[in-house]
Amino acid sequence: MRLELKEITKRFPGVLANDRITISVDKGEVLGLLGENGAGKTTLMNILSGLYRPDSGEILIEGEPRTFDDPRQAIEAGIGMVHQHFQLVPVFDVVESVALGSESVTGPLGTFDRKVARSRVVELSKQYGLNVNPDATIEDLPVGVRQRVEILKALYRKSDVLVLDEPSAVLTPAETEELFAIIRGLAEGGTSVIFITHKLGEVLEVADRITVLRRGAVAGTVLPAETTREHLAQLMVGRDVDLIVDKGPATPGDVVLSLTDVFIKDDRLGMAVKGLSLDVRAGEIVAIAGVQGNGQTELVEAIVGLRTIDSGQMSISGEPIHHASPRHIADLGVAHIPEDRMRDGLIAGMTVKENYILDSYHREPYSGGGRLHADAIASGAATGVKDFDIRTPSIETMAGSLSGGNQQKVVVAREFYRPLKLVIASQPTRGLDVGSIEYIHRRIVEQRDAGAAVLIVSTELDEVLAVGDRVAVMFGGTIAGILEGPEATKDAVGMLMGGGE
Amino acid sequence: MKRVRRALRPAVVPLLAIFSAFLVGSVFMFITDLENLKHFPTDPVGTIIAGIVHVGDAYYALIIGAFGDPGKIIAAIGSNDPKVIASAIRPLTETLVAASPLIFTGLAVAIAFRSGVFNIGVEGQFIMGAMGATVAVLVLRDLPPPILLVLAIAIGTLTGAAWGFIPGFLKARTGAHEVITTIMLNYVAAQLVLFGLRSDFLRQPGNNAPISKLLSTIVRVPLIFDLPAIRLHWGFVVALLMAAIVSWFIFKTTKGYELRAAGFNLHAARYAGMSAGGSIMLAMTLSGGLAGLGGSFEVLGTAGQMTNDLSAGFGFNAIALALLAGNRPLGIVLAALLFGALRTGGALMQVKTGIPLDLLVFIQALVIMFVAAPLLVRSIFRMNPRPLDEGSPI
Repeated sequence: MRLELKEITKRFPGVLANDRITISVDKGEVLGLLGENGAGKTTLMNILSGLYRPDSGEILIEGEPRTFDDPRQAIEAGIGMVHQHFQLVPVFDVVESVALGSESVTGPLGTFDRKVARSRVVELSKQYGLNVNPDATIEDLPVGVRQRVEILKALYRKSDVLVLDEPSAVLTPAETEELFAIIRGLAEGGTSVIFITHKLGEVLEVADRITVLRRGAVAGTVLPAETTREHLAQLMVGRDVDLIVDKGPATPGDVVLSLTDVFIKDDRLGMAVKGLSLDVRAGEIVAIAGVQGNGQTELVEAIVGLRTIDSGQMSISGEPIHHASPRHIADLGVAHIPEDRMRDGLIAGMTVKENYILDSYHREPYSGGGRLHADAIASGAATGVKDFDIRTPSIETMAGSLSGGNQQKVVVAREFYRPLKLVIASQPTRGLDVGSIEYIHRRIVEQRDAGAAVLIVSTELDEVLAVGDRVAVMFGGTIAGILEGPEATKDAVGMLMGGGE
Repeated sequence: MKRVRRALRPAVVPLLAIFSAFLVGSVFMFITDLENLKHFPTDPVGTIIAGIVHVGDAYYALIIGAFGDPGKIIAAIGSNDPKVIASAIRPLTETLVAASPLIFTGLAVAIAFRSGVFNIGVEGQFIMGAMGATVAVLVLRDLPPPILLVLAIAIGTLTGAAWGFIPGFLKARTGAHEVITTIMLNYVAAQLVLFGLRSDFLRQPGNNAPISKLLSTIVRVPLIFDLPAIRLHWGFVVALLMAAIVSWFIFKTTKGYELRAAGFNLHAARYAGMSAGGSIMLAMTLSGGLAGLGGSFEVLGTAGQMTNDLSAGFGFNAIALALLAGNRPLGIVLAALLFGALRTGGALMQVKTGIPLDLLVFIQALVIMFVAAPLLVRSIFRMNPRPLDEGSPI
């Protein structure tokens, strides 16, 4: 075995993050490490990369026990990490970025020998089909290419175990396919790859072997040929999971959100939304599909009052909301699940309790006469945590230290804990695991069935088709088409997303 | 027990930082004592012992100078002679006098920082507040003293608040960065004060220096103890009260919640329907008001007249102080007492051991450096580093 982790245990205050985890990967093998957010994948990888030391257990490389006191030792042992958040300097070019930290130098002053570095970068790039321009500046590169620069970095350091942490989270479907081709190429060249993800389809497609983690422990190790999506999901979550959203037919009522010929500017004074018209009725879910950057963000910001519209009509239950403040719109019974929950939805440095009241702190029962009511807040947050199954050590825990799925549940709990007329959800399940996705979808359908109008914006085709009663495809700032019932197929929506007829 | 440990946790790093700073200070005292070091080649052991004694003497003098001699205090309590009592408690009261303005300015920095704005302009707001109070006293001098005092302090506070509002408004409306505008406004404030103190209305007759007429003959903040040569006035008690009020405000009120939310994450605050600009303006106004209040008490209580150097860097030291205190009001009171003690105790240390006051500035700087580098302190004392995913409240 090239790499074995044996009986690794790691405890944090209040959490057993890794509980006697054993995994292994052989030369030229791709190991899929599957698990929900908070299952302990990242902790395990931080142990492997020398950031944490395990409380017990051992790391074997080619059968030899090793300990890593810091990341450098792990790198020297041949372990290369590609983190979810890239560790690149935006103003450096590719050669500089790749060589950073292990530069070859010449002369008495230790001048950086760019030539040597560049030729190695070119050679590696060619050998593994990475197709990276060595002289391009990082900030000019698309996300998918930046990821390949990270892979180059690991290869440059002669890593023979490559760890990819949620590599597809930032990629488009096409880029993901390219990445898979690269991974297979690396494995054929003898590199061992550990592929961390929570996406079932990906491990089935790329891994030679799959180890599933659940709540800090190994739930099972299976071969892709001998398993199914359902079985993997069941291992991951610990119970049977509905991969299809279970919902009855919609019973549309009155129009709640009405948009007529709306124009909205983007930040660069161009027009992001160009003459869009759309109605969302009570008791139905309208899903807006589309490739990122076709005006969805601006549209949502305008509806919730964070952006003014340039022209057109916009109303909620007949009340015009052109110049309404975000709070006024929220008070009309509008819930908003923002696209970027870490930036816009949560305050990482505040506690779960404080985040829970983020948009209701000014109302009874959480405050009165300008004073916060500590008891009401604590009991309200405790109820929310219980009802929405938020896994947190306590309501005093910092929101930033929760897993992504639990953070999103805090947002959803906060937004759904009052009677709603309209739900606006942007990318509500981005970066979440199967269990959380199922949960959030169910909550959204519940809101519909309770009579709210729901508008979901998503770039994930599966989500749009599974949840939407009607699918509106946005392209170039306007609705390219609305598909309903049997006509809403993957192909039809995909065609409209690309600008086709 | 768990509660106590939770409450003490934020104090661990600052306390270790203070300890380390004094340790480094001792080493510094030892190696700068050239007279003693001369004997090192002939008598190394004796030199080291003498050095340790020297350092011990210096810190002992520092503590006695800052808090008074316990023997003397106990003896004084028995006696009924006000002079004896006064001389025994004088060091301690002087420490409190020195700490008072720092509490106000420290709170001013902290409330802004909690709201996500760096108020570097506390210095300017402090002297503008003092200036406002001075002008108010001279204009309204015929009012009965108690009313005059309250009015002058109120006007001083409002002047400071207005001086803080300007950069807040500029940031909220135009996006002008508050660090730049507050630094610039510090200069403007300094020049305004100088300009005012040259006017016949304010200037002390027959004196060319920028010193105002004596205010203490018109009105003065009442003293806490009626003892000779004890300067401690009620401004200190107000400072403590403000610490309690600020703490209550930021943690228990909806406005305080808004400020903290905006301070942590302006985007999320906006998405939640809060007014980001409003929070910035409110925070800067409150911050300036606290600084102005401190300035008013300094000029009407401690100094008794306005001078252009009324603030001995209170506004700037407050930034370091707020950092040491982790922007916690209780911490600010404690840190201000520490800084105050260093200031008053240093004088006796200099007299007794010949170690210059500047060494204390050096120690103060070291404290800040160690606090600013908590990982350094943690590694010196072999504490576990925080796991990376543990949230750290500011």
